Amino acid sequence: MDVPIIHKDLKKFSLTPNLTDYHRCYQSFSWTQARANIKGYGKGINIAFEAVDRHVEEGHGEQHALIWLGKKGDRQTYTYTDLKAVSNRFANLLVKLGVKQGDRIFSLAGRTPQLYAAILGTLKMGGVFCPLFSAFGPEPIQSRMTIGDASILVSSLKLYKKKVAAWQKQLSTLKHVLLYDCEGQCPEGCIDLDSQLPQADDQFTVCETSEETPALLHFTSGTTGKPKGAVHVHNAVVHHKHSGFYALDLHPGDRYWCTADPGWVTGTSYGIIAPLCNRVTLIVDEAEFDPERWYQILEQEKVNVWYTAPTAIRMLMKVGEALIQQYNLSALRFLASVGEPLNPEAVTWSQRVFGKPFHDNWWQTETGGIMLANFAAEPVKPGSMGRPLPGIHAAIVSINEQGQLTEVKQHGEIGELALKPGWPSMFRDYLHEAERYQKCFNADWYLSGDLAYEDHDGYFWFVGRSKDLIKSAGHLIGPFEVESVLVEHPAVAEAGVIGIPDEVAGEVVVAFVALKPGFNANDELTTALMAHARKKLGSAVAPRAIHIKDNLPKTRSGKIMRRLLKARTLGLPEGDISTLESDEHPQQNMQNSGDKA
Amino acid sequence: MKDKAALTHFLLERIKAIAPDSDTDDLDPDEDMRDELDLDSMDFLRLLESIAKQLNINIPEMDYNKITTLNTMVSYLSERQSSL
Repeated sequence: MDVPIIHKDLKKFSLTPNLTDYHRCYQSFSWTQARANIKGYGKGINIAFEAVDRHVEEGHGEQHALIWLGKKGDRQTYTYTDLKAVSNRFANLLVKLGVKQGDRIFSLAGRTPQLYAAILGTLKMGGVFCPLFSAFGPEPIQSRMTIGDASILVSSLKLYKKKVAAWQKQLSTLKHVLLYDCEGQCPEGCIDLDSQLPQADDQFTVCETSEETPALLHFTSGTTGKPKGAVHVHNAVVHHKHSGFYALDLHPGDRYWCTADPGWVTGTSYGIIAPLCNRVTLIVDEAEFDPERWYQILEQEKVNVWYTAPTAIRMLMKVGEALIQQYNLSALRFLASVGEPLNPEAVTWSQRVFGKPFHDNWWQTETGGIMLANFAAEPVKPGSMGRPLPGIHAAIVSINEQGQLTEVKQHGEIGELALKPGWPSMFRDYLHEAERYQKCFNADWYLSGDLAYEDHDGYFWFVGRSKDLIKSAGHLIGPFEVESVLVEHPAVAEAGVIGIPDEVAGEVVVAFVALKPGFNANDELTTALMAHARKKLGSAVAPRAIHIKDNLPKTRSGKIMRRLLKARTLGLPEGDISTLESDEHPQQNMQNSGDKA
Repeated sequence: MKDKAALTHFLLERIKAIAPDSDTDDLDPDEDMRDELDLDSMDFLRLLESIAKQLNINIPEMDYNKITTLNTMVSYLSERQSSL
């Protein structure tokens, strides 16, 4: 689809964008210059100091740092001074509990004020924070906490009881569980955060962490094997601040709403760190997606910068324009989107209904921050991920069968999107998996696993993923994790999991299973498999449909050919099937888990 | 299907079809079912689409968030059917 470029007129901006001349800014940029914008703490550098305490020291303590909107209509405000105090309390509580620098503190929490105190408090005392998504089921939670040697868990009583209590004893590294919303019912052996936190001292000496001290652990999915824990260090804050400034056009005092959950990397890097470092006011909504509520928030909280995801944008498009007309959204200045490629229709729709386009950008858990972006003052090419941020060297590369990498110089030619390492927020390791980490690099390039091309203006366009990973509602899902849970069911011999296109979610997870001898395909079994998968994986990861087959297509080495399952499901050419050894024989196409039951 | 008891039964069946792991017996009819039953936004969207299809009615997306509890959903659907 050829969609016209959206041009900008600088004279029409109410506030001059931070980046007004891309080429000049890109050419003149240096990381030394970006580092100079970071104050540092003592002999070190600490993300939480940069995000909160620094602003208090510089006389902005009374500015709102966070406005929290509860599900039931309550509204709480926290100034930078308040946020400093509550994160200090959390840091003191951890120290009192014997937590040491480098220990890993996990959260399984909704978007509550306690979560923000926990992340910032952990960073202040030198701990490593690892947020988990609260819609995960027990299995993804347990595997991530086990890989991460979790020593502390912060959660709500409800989530803990439902998803952790049953297996907690299997995790020997776990020393303490801190629970909020216990309402006097804190289980024995757990700590009531709501009663302990106010008792902790609100003065704390921030840890002088070094540039390379680990700060955050974000799990991401692989096509094979267990989830991978990407390690990020305190120096990442240099890129967080820089990218918030250029890619999100954040100005001090902005009212900024990132709708991503801190259980995912976007909700941490751009829901907490980058915006606070740029001294904005965060809007945090505890509730789930709700079009009316969202427009109300944009209006009532006078949101200037809004960072959201394609699935939400497409849902808003479905609701239609009439609803938007009821709200005064004149405070909105800049809109951005991330999570998966934003379709050009969504960009032109936002230009029509909001008078400004959504600016798509691209990055990954491993990159720690935004790498490619469409910028506020620059033309937007709907459907493109944009251009590299100043300081980021991106290219399209191809790798031959001998593993030799060459840069693709021809505009429009598809290859793998690669980045030159060296930006501060790049991951430093996959925890305990140095070999998998090394495999991400070739000839001094970081390989993203995404296929793309670059056009003659230097804009990058997403084409697909080079691996079998699934992106559903912006969340990266590894097929192996889902398959592993399916084969745990006594009836399942083997499983193959793929993503199929969906107009709202981008992709949805669909599973194919072959049964063990003695089991017959029927509706009850399909339902039981769905229940099993959802119970273990949670709604965010579990398949939306399960199909039972006689057999699954496999290579000679017994590897299930997901690519072939996908091609057949979508009616696409099967491609090279020379390695196919054992093929499927459809027995019965089972019900879709929902509509056709 | 205008009887509220029948509608409730029908809705619980629909929920089970989308999320067979959900414990609908303990569902508080006045609490948000998305929280109570771990339904994410895609589940909820599919649930309402499946209800609309089965009852042959239109449920505008604007109304989705007014019917997040079992009781509000039953009342809403009962009214929608009466007005057909």
